[in-house]
Amino acid sequence: MSNKILYSYTGIFDTPDQIIQAAEMAVKEGFTKYDVNTPYPLHGMDSAMKLPPSKLGYIALIFGLSAALATALVIGWMSAIDYPLVVGGKPLFSFPAYVPVMFEVTVLTASIATVVAMLFFFFKLPNIGHPLHGTGYMKTVSSDKYGISIQVNDPKLILPDGSFNESFILKFLESVGSKEIAPVYWDEEEINHQNKILDPKFMVFLFVVAIITSAVTYFSLNILMNITPFNWMAEQQKLSVQQTSSVFKNHSGMLVPVPGTVARNSMPYQFSGQPDSAGKSLINPIPVSIESLKKGEIKFDVYCSPCHGFNGDGAGRLNGQFPNPPTLHSDKVRKWTDARIFAVITEGQNVMPSYASQLTVDERWTVINYIRALQRALNAMESDLK
Amino acid sequence: MSISTGYHKKELPPKIKTLGLALLITGLIIVILGYMTDTTRSLYNNIIGFTFLVSIGVGSLFFVGLEYIVGAVWSTPFRRVSEFLSSLIIILPLFVLPLLLNVNIIFGWTHPADTMMQAKVPYLNINFFVIRVVVFWLLWVGFYFFIIKNSVRQDKTKEPSLTKTNIKLSAVFMPVFAITISLAAIDWLMSLAPKWFSTIFGVYYFSGTVLAALAAATIFIVMLNERGYLIAGLKSDHYYSLGALLFAFINFWAYISFSQFLLIWYGNLPEETVWFLARWHGNWKIFSIGLLVIHFVIPYFGLLSQPSKMNPKTLLIMALWILFGHYIDLYWLVMPNFYKEGIIFGWIELGFPILITGLIILVFFYRARKINLVAVGDPKLQRGIDFRL
Repeated sequence: MSNKILYSYTGIFDTPDQIIQAAEMAVKEGFTKYDVNTPYPLHGMDSAMKLPPSKLGYIALIFGLSAALATALVIGWMSAIDYPLVVGGKPLFSFPAYVPVMFEVTVLTASIATVVAMLFFFFKLPNIGHPLHGTGYMKTVSSDKYGISIQVNDPKLILPDGSFNESFILKFLESVGSKEIAPVYWDEEEINHQNKILDPKFMVFLFVVAIITSAVTYFSLNILMNITPFNWMAEQQKLSVQQTSSVFKNHSGMLVPVPGTVARNSMPYQFSGQPDSAGKSLINPIPVSIESLKKGEIKFDVYCSPCHGFNGDGAGRLNGQFPNPPTLHSDKVRKWTDARIFAVITEGQNVMPSYASQLTVDERWTVINYIRALQRALNAMESDLK
Repeated sequence: MSISTGYHKKELPPKIKTLGLALLITGLIIVILGYMTDTTRSLYNNIIGFTFLVSIGVGSLFFVGLEYIVGAVWSTPFRRVSEFLSSLIIILPLFVLPLLLNVNIIFGWTHPADTMMQAKVPYLNINFFVIRVVVFWLLWVGFYFFIIKNSVRQDKTKEPSLTKTNIKLSAVFMPVFAITISLAAIDWLMSLAPKWFSTIFGVYYFSGTVLAALAAATIFIVMLNERGYLIAGLKSDHYYSLGALLFAFINFWAYISFSQFLLIWYGNLPEETVWFLARWHGNWKIFSIGLLVIHFVIPYFGLLSQPSKMNPKTLLIMALWILFGHYIDLYWLVMPNFYKEGIIFGWIELGFPILITGLIILVFFYRARKINLVAVGDPKLQRGIDFRL
């Protein structure tokens, strides 16, 4: 007990106003090694203690700005230099698309940097002990009272002979109206405390944590995910897009079909560039029925009506933005065979592009059946009325 | 409990009145000459001037209501400044009348030519438009009248219940403000390009509105407080809070305007991109980039650090700059719709800014002559003065 070393003298106050006044008085007296403990942050305490503005903002600024710049460079390099890929018809270096990512990375980096700097630089984290910890004073000021703690090694308290001026500090604490005044002693272990951030033990601890984190990450992503059942359906006996193959000579995973290959359910169109001979040779295989007409109507409305109009009269919704197609009710089209129309749908004509990739062969014939029905409706014969 | 406020009313010097009057008359002459030489161009400037006044007037009322509804104390000692500025609402009809008389010159939707325009007629027609203008104005004036009347009466009666009444009024005013200001933005600014649409446009104008109202209030607060016209005890903590709010709304404006731009840029739909293409044509491109710098980059770095928010000088300069930036923003919203070849700037463009500056100074002067510059009867006043970070 006797060889305990004094750390500070503490004083307790009842109201926030008293503690702010005490802090102001402490500044006036010239104390520099003192601190104030309150259960919650007090408005006005910073100015009462004449604290300089926090340096934390500069850390946030530096890390935030460098993160923004680094993100812009990384995305720019990836999408414009390393793997140039046009997305959505935008230029390779399209800055607006980077801004949201830059924003997120900036906020994330700045906040993580702030927290890390606060813990390790301002709180000196690996050091977890403080003489005030575990004292009755700390218990009081963390529940409902306000306290000030003045360190005994404050230059203001050191007497010329090296000892410290106890009566002065007691007089000061009484003069500012402190209720309870108590000394606080150093813990035995903390007396020779040093910054532990470069302590070998702490470095080893950090190293072990880093190894474990990396190992767990590696294990879970590269090993665990490849073990049944975690690989789920990812593991399949096939080559994915852009993978190389050891089977084929040119090591290409995706082969070009053998010349003359025909896909299932498809027939090559033999009359390319010869619409008239197509019109003479092909026969409409789809019989006219209510279902096929309904199906043809749907396809016609989706693919044909934007230009040709719902009635096939050429009054489409793209009117004015695109050359108007001629009506499908002209004598010319009505006299055409089904196959001649089929040739136009398959290969396109004048401004009209080919619709072979949008409509299958059967769908083209059903659309032709529907066009016939439209033509019949506008040029009805007397016999149709019955 | 009686509050010893320590406030002694100091009359504003008469040279302020002279300055305001001189600016008002100069501006008025330029505006009238402008109307005589080029009516259409003056009408477009009139829209900018009108929306600028709406920004400051209605935005200030929003700021007053916001203080009541959230129970803020730090802004109570200078709430009167915003109250004075919100009386600009009363003058709005003078600025809207020339526009209403010439609706069919300014707005393309008055002559609906094609199907798309025909489809918008139920909303965009002259009768309904005029009705909206009148209804919005009546709502604004109504809330202005009651809220300010209660606040002023409190100076004499010192009844805390008046604060409660105003909190209730403000609670009703908030949704009214949100709807009216969005629709006003759509009516007056977005419908200048009647085929274009952007669902975020109301918020875009709102962000500028609050920014302009805050900046105008900050200018008066700093100038008055530095010369001792406000109550003693307003310090850097109050300046910091004002600056922080300005800073927040600068970021909000940038966030909203970039959101608007990004979605249109990504979607790349012709009917939407046309609006930005008009602002990217010729030297409008320089203007658009300049707007980003003026309205975001400069005030952002100007107000970023804590000392700059606490320093009355930098705060004053930044507030003036932001107010200027808001005018530039409105100019950018209006003018490219009509002058597609490039930036148009001449003496006609100067008329409305000068007129409005004079008007604001004069309105403030006359309001300050009758009413205390500090809400001395407000129960929150002492806590507001004692406010520390």
